Amino acid sequence: MLEQFRETQFYKSIFRGGGVPKSRRQRMMVVLNSVFLHLHPVRLPKHAVKLKFTWCMGGLSFFIFLILTISGILLMFYYRPTIEYAYTDIIDLAEQVPFGIMREIHRWGAHAMVITVWLHMFRVFMTGSYKPPREFNWAVGVILLLLTLLLSFTGYLLPWDQLAIWAITVGSNMARAAPFVGHEGPGAALLAIGDINFVTMGSDMRFALIGGRFMGEGALLRFYVLHCIGLPFIIMIFMAVHFWRIRKDGGISTPV
Amino acid sequence: MAEIISKKSATKEPGRRPPAALDKADTGDQISRRSFFSWLSIGWFAFIAATGGFFTMMLRFFFPNVLFEPVQTFRAGFPDDYTIGEVDLRWKNKYGVWIVRNNEGIYVLSTTCTHLGCTPNWLNSEQKFKCPCHGSGFFKTGINFEGPAPRPLERFKITLADNGQIIVDKTIKFQQEKGQWTNPEAFLNV
Repeated sequence: MLEQFRETQFYKSIFRGGGVPKSRRQRMMVVLNSVFLHLHPVRLPKHAVKLKFTWCMGGLSFFIFLILTISGILLMFYYRPTIEYAYTDIIDLAEQVPFGIMREIHRWGAHAMVITVWLHMFRVFMTGSYKPPREFNWAVGVILLLLTLLLSFTGYLLPWDQLAIWAITVGSNMARAAPFVGHEGPGAALLAIGDINFVTMGSDMRFALIGGRFMGEGALLRFYVLHCIGLPFIIMIFMAVHFWRIRKDGGISTPV
Repeated sequence: MAEIISKKSATKEPGRRPPAALDKADTGDQISRRSFFSWLSIGWFAFIAATGGFFTMMLRFFFPNVLFEPVQTFRAGFPDDYTIGEVDLRWKNKYGVWIVRNNEGIYVLSTTCTHLGCTPNWLNSEQKFKCPCHGSGFFKTGINFEGPAPRPLERFKITLADNGQIIVDKTIKFQQEKGQWTNPEAFLNV
């Protein structure tokens, strides 16, 4: 019955090659012809799936990322990023919306992803998997770690409670001290003609980040857009490169 | 633009035949290979310029012209509205300043903690500003004396209007560690 179904045009149009792969070559073709599988190595060495070597932290990070994407999209159906509604919508999500746990899944998932990404980095370091020819993928991984932290940071503001506001106040103040582009940073005073400073509290990097001189509506909306669209878009591009490069760099590293 | 084409076609030798593959309707005003490339480069330059322009737009887009924030310069009433020896809290929430009057005069302190930017509280019984975030403490003058704050609170420009009202200008700040508190605009003698 299943065999018959595999011979239909319907099945063959979706899964090229059709039928149960019988040879090594056919098995390879299945992987190569699938948009989802082609990022993956065609063959996996036995050691590569040993938990004590990989800790499965990279895979878990990606799995948690998927959970966060799905739960995040669900939260967007209720959450309004305005000063008037943001905090009450979070309360509403917890107390009134069916399965109030959704927001908690998103929150704890975010914590978990930061932990798994760090542990993944630790594992890669301890197994020496950053060494050539994988040095570029290590660099991509560092960018992914940074993007993970930025996603955490931007999500932090969205509940708009006292913790959020002051955490982002403190965090975004770092941008004040950035060289040249922060108004309190080194070199900012050099970017001036006579008495006119170009890098001021109303024109520096922090201003662009929070959309104003103080934490307010602008900051909430900007962080919301970055959290829901901007950063996920960038991280997905880097993730695709990261996974693809594992294969191109000769598959997962081998235990010594 | 039309000039370029005519110029290019004019330099073409009249008797020379194009390659066989291009031998179609060789009327002279057809685009030659050379003029095609000059058009192409013009096209690319235009595209790059437009893209560059758009990226500039994108950058500028993040700096709005109008801010819906409290004004930075405001009238704070008459000097007699403030009691000698007290820290006045009335503008704390709206404008982020404390107005302090002592025997000599009045000064305006910023409510932004110099450690990481939180808002300290004025504790009247202990006569100090105490930051709830990391415990920085400041004297009534704004000088830091405990906790992680690395420098004193900032002061803002204070002047008198013609009608005798206090004008506070938050765009101009004075920092003690830079010796700016001695500036006459940092302190209002009354």
